[in-house]
Amino acid sequence: MYNKGTIIPGLVIFVLLVTSPIWFNGFKAATPPKPELPPGGEKKCVMPKEYMRDNHMKLLNDWRDNVLRDEERVLVTVEGKTYRKGLQMACMQCHSNKEKFCDTCHTYADVNPYCWDCHLTPKEAASKEDTH
Amino acid sequence: MKYAFSFLAVIALILIAGLGSQIPGMQYLFGVVLPYLAIMLFVGGFVYRIMDWAKSPVPFSIPTTCGQGASLDFIKQDKLESPANTTEVAARMFLEIFFFRSLFRNTKSEIHDGPKITYESSKWLWLFALIFHYSFLVVVLRHMRFFLEPVPFVLSALEGVDSMLQIGQPAMYLTDAFLLLGLLFLYGRRLITRHVKYISLNNDYFPLVLIFSIAVTGILMRYLLRTDIDIITIKNLAYGLVTFSPVIGAKIGAIFYIHLFLVCVLLAYFPFSKLMHMGGVFMSPTRNMANNSRSKRHINPWNDPEIKPHSYAGYEDEFREFMVDAGIPVEKELAAAEDKA
Repeated sequence: MYNKGTIIPGLVIFVLLVTSPIWFNGFKAATPPKPELPPGGEKKCVMPKEYMRDNHMKLLNDWRDNVLRDEERVLVTVEGKTYRKGLQMACMQCHSNKEKFCDTCHTYADVNPYCWDCHLTPKEAASKEDTH
Repeated sequence: MKYAFSFLAVIALILIAGLGSQIPGMQYLFGVVLPYLAIMLFVGGFVYRIMDWAKSPVPFSIPTTCGQGASLDFIKQDKLESPANTTEVAARMFLEIFFFRSLFRNTKSEIHDGPKITYESSKWLWLFALIFHYSFLVVVLRHMRFFLEPVPFVLSALEGVDSMLQIGQPAMYLTDAFLLLGLLFLYGRRLITRHVKYISLNNDYFPLVLIFSIAVTGILMRYLLRTDIDIITIKNLAYGLVTFSPVIGAKIGAIFYIHLFLVCVLLAYFPFSKLMHMGGVFMSPTRNMANNSRSKRHINPWNDPEIKPHSYAGYEDEFREFMVDAGIPVEKELAAAEDKA
């Protein structure tokens, strides 16, 4: 074998890079997120649980377009209770704790939605009202 | 026909994964066994190919140059085009690997009436190759979020830049579009440019179609076919793979298994195909040698150490008598040589 001095270190770097997730995680067991269920005890969402897991982001995006672009501010009714369409108006009425609900999965999967560029969590909204 | 065959091959692969993963119990094969097998083939095959190349001797000093080599002091050397030492070679390799400098010099030749041949700079290949390779790199790096916990900040930042247009939810990635654009050009080039079409083979078309299908299935999974695509289940699986405790959790949609299977095929195919240019670019003697054959002797590793160098002076010493007899002119006459001896 020729040029051992450069080829062997090069191959070692390559193998370390490819296998880097193994060393980075250090064989720690996964810590799958456990999003907190609504503190108010509500059991029924606007759509079945499975649908929401896969598609909530598309639903929210559609709602955003409905409300802001098409002026379709219709009400959503779940178990007799009506909500105004919207993340704060509807979703967060039950899922009131962003940190313990939204963020658990988003942090785990490194998803950084831009909802919070405009929206406020109920806690933040309350503190804003205090200052005004 | 050649290009149709690559499509048929990829369609067959898609059918295998799409149907196979729906058979109960086969999720473990497609989600765990094949990925492990593919990554072992990738790393093992890659190392094997590099070692194989490293064992091949380079008998001659053969750097390709297109500039003035190091010479007398008053002749200006072109350090990048004709590197004379390791630093200059490293600089040239860096520009080649990161900016595809040799493609930048690509020219297009045409025959006009006359007949007259013209050469024209053609930068399209360079531009789209750059777009394709860098998009693919970003796509691969973005996928690291499924394998790492906690996800490093750099990866989140990269993802933020990639989705900066904030189109839709999940946000559209720029590199998704650029990757497809690059692939379409690289494939179209092989169909439209006649002389490139003439030399294109199945093993040129197949990787393009395969990577294109990987990109399309990934895009479909992210934006359209979201049924049973729960990112948490998928991360649990991916993270389990790199911590050697894989779990097949809740049901995952067929599109995911198709995407994953095509990636496995790409990884397994990689070391045994032209895609090895990833490692080969470092091993290419026309690129990684210095053009210093005048200042430093290149020894052919094949040389038998028993065979000593034989100079002309030594040759004449050995055969002077016979040469004089045969009337061949010699540098030192017989008498002069004997005087010295």
